[in-house]
Amino acid sequence: MSFISVTPPAAASDAAASSIESAYLSFRLGSQLFGLPLLSVQDVLDPRPLTRIPLAPAEVAGALNVRGRIITAIDVRSRLGLGPRADQSRYSSIVVEHEDELYNLIVDAVGEVLELPPSQYEPNPPTLTAAWREFANGVFRLESDLMLVVDVRKLLCFAT
Amino acid sequence: MDDLMREFLAETAESLAILDLELVKFEQNPNDSEILMNIFRVMHTIKGTCGFLGLSRLEHVAHAGEDVLGRFRDGVLQVTPSSVTVILACIDRIRAILGAIEERGDEGSGGDDELIGQLRAIAEGRPVAPPSTAAAAVVSGEAIEAAAAADAPVISDEGFPVAAELLWECEAAMQAGLPTAAAEVSPPAAPATPMAAEVATAAGHDGAPPPAMAAAAVDDHGGERKAPAAQQSIRVNVEVLENLMTLVSELVLTRNNLLQMVRSRHDSEFADPLQRLSLITTDLQEGVMKTRMQPVGNAWAKLPRIIRDLAVETGKSLDLQMFGAETEVDRQVLELIKDPLTHMVRNSADHGIEKPHERLAAGKPETGVITLRAYHQGGHIIIDVHDDGRGLDTARIRRKIVDNGLASESELDAMGETEIHQFIFRPGFSTAETVTSVSGRGVGMDVVRTNIERIGGSIELKSTAGRGSGFTIKIPLTLAIVSALIVACGGERFAIPQLGVRELVHVSPQGENSVEIVNNTPLLRLRDRLLPLVMLHDLLRLDEPADLAAKSYFVVVTQVGAQSFGIVVDQVFDTEEIVVKPVARMLRKIPFYSGNTILGDGRVIMILDPNGIATTVGQTTVAADGGADGGGRHHESGTELILFDAGGSRKAVPMALVARLESIDAAAIEEVGGRRFVQYRGQLMPLQDVGCGFAGDEHGRCAVLVFAAGSRSVGLVVDRIIDILREPLHISFPPELPGSLGTAIIGGKATDILDAAHYLTQAFSDWFSSHDGEADAAEDRPAVLVIDHSAVSVNILAPYLANAGLGLATALDAAQAMQVLASGRRIDAVLADVGQPGGDGFAFADAIGADPLFASLPLLAVALSPTAKLAERARAAGFRGLAAKTEPATLLQLLLPLIPMETTTLKVAA
Repeated sequence: MSFISVTPPAAASDAAASSIESAYLSFRLGSQLFGLPLLSVQDVLDPRPLTRIPLAPAEVAGALNVRGRIITAIDVRSRLGLGPRADQSRYSSIVVEHEDELYNLIVDAVGEVLELPPSQYEPNPPTLTAAWREFANGVFRLESDLMLVVDVRKLLCFAT
Repeated sequence: MDDLMREFLAETAESLAILDLELVKFEQNPNDSEILMNIFRVMHTIKGTCGFLGLSRLEHVAHAGEDVLGRFRDGVLQVTPSSVTVILACIDRIRAILGAIEERGDEGSGGDDELIGQLRAIAEGRPVAPPSTAAAAVVSGEAIEAAAAADAPVISDEGFPVAAELLWECEAAMQAGLPTAAAEVSPPAAPATPMAAEVATAAGHDGAPPPAMAAAAVDDHGGERKAPAAQQSIRVNVEVLENLMTLVSELVLTRNNLLQMVRSRHDSEFADPLQRLSLITTDLQEGVMKTRMQPVGNAWAKLPRIIRDLAVETGKSLDLQMFGAETEVDRQVLELIKDPLTHMVRNSADHGIEKPHERLAAGKPETGVITLRAYHQGGHIIIDVHDDGRGLDTARIRRKIVDNGLASESELDAMGETEIHQFIFRPGFSTAETVTSVSGRGVGMDVVRTNIERIGGSIELKSTAGRGSGFTIKIPLTLAIVSALIVACGGERFAIPQLGVRELVHVSPQGENSVEIVNNTPLLRLRDRLLPLVMLHDLLRLDEPADLAAKSYFVVVTQVGAQSFGIVVDQVFDTEEIVVKPVARMLRKIPFYSGNTILGDGRVIMILDPNGIATTVGQTTVAADGGADGGGRHHESGTELILFDAGGSRKAVPMALVARLESIDAAAIEEVGGRRFVQYRGQLMPLQDVGCGFAGDEHGRCAVLVFAAGSRSVGLVVDRIIDILREPLHISFPPELPGSLGTAIIGGKATDILDAAHYLTQAFSDWFSSHDGEADAAEDRPAVLVIDHSAVSVNILAPYLANAGLGLATALDAAQAMQVLASGRRIDAVLADVGQPGGDGFAFADAIGADPLFASLPLLAVALSPTAKLAERARAAGFRGLAAKTEPATLLQLLLPLIPMETTTLKVAA
């Protein structure tokens, strides 16, 4: 299990100007970079045994025990309609809280915590497919990459 | 609302509950100064406090009440039922005002003048007209006085032998002598001390107290210990307790987790401290559980008042005896059983107990006794509600069942009394002929049962006509931690709460328990009963589908309500105490999980919900109703029938006729020359449509009944196989269309009895007749001659005979029969109808009786409705026996031993 050290946001200078947060935890699915608002992240976990839940929606990878709490694992790849992971045993997961319940988002790899100025932010490009627009909350232009901001609430609203 | 007010409301509500109980006791025992003191004290406190809080309306009412009680106390006034009724009304008013305060924050407006006037009148000794009819009250009052001597066990469940009384007197004397010491030694008993002193003083004044007095005092002692122990307790918000409970549950799980880790390695240095941690955790768990425990008597507190009011209202004389009120139960459970219990006690009082004159006429004491008893039994609390009334009226229940269409007369005939009684638990059932204000409000025993089963409990009923009826409720002590069976299926583990698990059956190819497949629906033959099976593999769509034929596996026999079914799993591990946690919100739509939990090894496990699984079993177990008492009906009469849907109507065919049930792919059906075939077991099998086409269901599958004779088979395509039932086959309406033998009531519904012969002869016109070709080549094929002028009867019998490997010759009357015999055709036995007017069977018997050639030919008589007289006559005429035409299976059992045969491929239902 790795822990994230969060540096407090430098100056809340113009952050108030928009509702866009400035700190993100990045992760990758294949080559695509995504960012989760850091405030919604509870923990980052290494792979651990999952209990399958028969008849659950396809996106639900199973349930696991994290310090005595039962957490539902969501396969973000399956949620986004991406194909299965090349190496099933190598993945990372991010624990987020949503409506008082904990969810474990399974992703390919967890990156670093990024402090991003609102100036790099842009709303969803209109060409984004409908499926992705559903959960994406805009894009950050990084130097070498584009980071899609994930809206946790929308990501997890599929079955409720 | 400020805290002070909230505290006052809570405290007063509690006091009022005690008052209700005390007042009823007081009415029965008006000379008991202890009870009177209690009541007076409570009333006084209410009056005092509300004066302090500025609640003037409440104060006035309480004041008037207190005045009357004061007069009672001083001995100025005689206690009468009517005055108690007014005091009870006064308490009700106080409660109503309190309710208003709680809701709106003020006392509300309303005239109390009438009530206060009545109270004043009583205080001044003037006669009053109480709210309810005085006459009824007097009747009941007398009765209650008569029963006063018997009211001793109201609280304590022990009798009061002389020794106990002596002990109590000694104790009282000692406490009176050493009040401080007693209080220190046993703090919980402290509130009882001043009272004990009073008793002792009273004893001192009057010399020896009368036994009744002593008993009543003991009584109070028991009650008192619980009630104003308030000084020894603090109020804790329920939420705090719930949180605590959750935390302890987590702790238990963590402990289990640790234990499992340490157990796997030897001489770990953690072993000892962990052992201590484990013990402490268990103690802590028990301690926290205890905080949730409440005496079951709290759920009963209102009952004496309800019974008292009922006695007045119905003019009955009732005595409610309560035992084991101190038995403790989880407060969550308590809340849930409160209403069902009240309902049942009301039912007993309203419907169970007869009017006094009826009781006297029946030679019973005038006062009806309702007994409420609670005790612990291995992790459960058992509550008995019993009355000594008239018992359930079976005839009336029967009528009601038929009126409501819950079952038919013939079905009821096959049932025992106990089974019929079970119907009162069905929805929409109430036997009260007149709806009184007391019961019959549309909620019935079905609601009671549902409520009890919802918390994993069960309810049983016993009733003896004229002697009374009793309900036994079994409920778990707590809902927080349950014992569960851990099973595995398709590589996954699941927990099944043990409450519903009746037994485990191991099924293997070599074992004695066999699983039969009917239209892909597996059924387990278990002690002469067919148990529907739910394949967990299929239900949860797990990998590696179960191969029932080859593997060994386990059947978890589960009971939900009256319904029993088996859950088929791969493996069974052990049982474990689990803490049920709700499943994540997005999984709540799946009906098969009641929760999830963490096992000792730290893995998450899903908890299966037998209730949810039972819904998939559907209504298949109508016949298993009342099977709660074990083996069920062993010797069921009737014909085993396969029930199915075809062409939009419900049809049935005797199971014995059908060789196999298959499910075929609709796409595999081939059409040749307007007829349809399917390749089946290396042959082309003709398919007959029973009015539903060959399209198949949504999965493109067709259910097929396969009939076979010799090497030939015919498949009848139907919409859906519903069930297999064993019922008497009484065809009540003649057929309207070809292909039907008529209509009968099967499983409580009108059902067409399929004329298998009609369809079989459509496929093979010679299905029953000569069987030229191969059949005739085998000259030694035994054959039966059926003499019957009804083609329908022959049609019923023919398939059975064909199935049994018998050839068939038919004759309409005796003369024709003689011709058949003379033709030289092989005939091994004769079935002759003797029931019809004209008696062709008898004529035939006469005819061949004279011929020595046929002297050894076995004759069997058949009739539509055999009687003993007919049987006698048939025997005299030379028949070997008499059988009913409507029960071909029985008929065959009689017939077959008469025919010498090397091989019989008979498929007789067990």
